[in-house]
Amino acid sequence: MEKNKYKDLVKRHTPNENRLYNVLIAFFIGGLMGMLGQFLMDIYTTYLSIPSKEASVCMIVTLVFIGCLLTCLGFFDKWVNFAKCGLIIPITGFAHSMMSAALEYRKEGFVTGIGANMFKLAGSVIIYGVVSAYIFGLLRVIIMGV
Amino acid sequence: MIYLKAFLFAGVICSIGQIILDNTKLTPGHVTTIFVVVGAFLDVFSIYDKFVLWAGGGAMVPITSFGHLLIHGAMDYATDYGLMGLCMGMFNLTASGITAAIVFSFLLSLFFKPKD
Repeated sequence: MEKNKYKDLVKRHTPNENRLYNVLIAFFIGGLMGMLGQFLMDIYTTYLSIPSKEASVCMIVTLVFIGCLLTCLGFFDKWVNFAKCGLIIPITGFAHSMMSAALEYRKEGFVTGIGANMFKLAGSVIIYGVVSAYIFGLLRVIIMGV
Repeated sequence: MIYLKAFLFAGVICSIGQIILDNTKLTPGHVTTIFVVVGAFLDVFSIYDKFVLWAGGGAMVPITSFGHLLIHGAMDYATDYGLMGLCMGMFNLTASGITAAIVFSFLLSLFFKPKD
C-alpha cells in the first residue's frame, strides 16, 4: 500500500516530458541548422568564390566558431536545454562540449586543467570515429579492393 | 529547393537523435558517438556521398558527416598508398574542424569565465 502511494507521488511530481514536442523542436531547430550550413556554403561559393569542396570546410569552421563563442557568452546552454538534439547532433554540439570542458577546468591550471580535460566529452567522438573508420576502411580495402 | 532538402535531412537526423535520447537511458555523449559510427558505416558503400549530393550543407552539418569525412580521407589515401594510406589520410579532411575547435576553445577560454 505504502509502496503504491509512493509510486503515485513520484509519478505525479516527475515533470511530464512531452516527447512528441521534443522531437518536433529537435526537427525544426536541426533543420534550421542544416539550412544555415547550406546558406553559409552558398555565400562562400558565390561571394568569396571558394570551390564547393573547400566551402564545406569553411562552413564547418564558421559553425564551430559560432558554437564556441555562444557557449562563452552563456547563451548556448539555455538553447541546448530547449532544443536538445537539435543543437547537440550538429557540429555545434561538438564545439559546445569542448568549449564548456575548457571553461570548466580552466581554474585547475593551463596544463592539468585545460590541456588535460578539453577532450573529456568530445574525445569519445574522435576515438570511436577513428576506430570505426579504420575498421570499416580496412574491411573495404580487403573485401572490395578500395 | 536545396534549402528544403537540407532542412529535411538535418531535421530528420536530429529528430532520430532526439527519439533515441528520450526513449533510452543513453546520454547525449552516447548519441553523438553512435551517430559518428553510423556515419562512418554508411560511407563503406558510399551511401553518405549520395546524401551529401542530395542535401548539400544539410548533410555536412550533423555529426554523422564527421565519421563520413574520416573514412573518406582515409580511403582517398588508401587508393594511392594501400593499407598505410588508411593511417596517413585519416584526419586529412576533418583536421580543419578539430583544429578550429581546439584553437578557438583554448583562446576563448583565456578571455571568458564560466557563467553559472
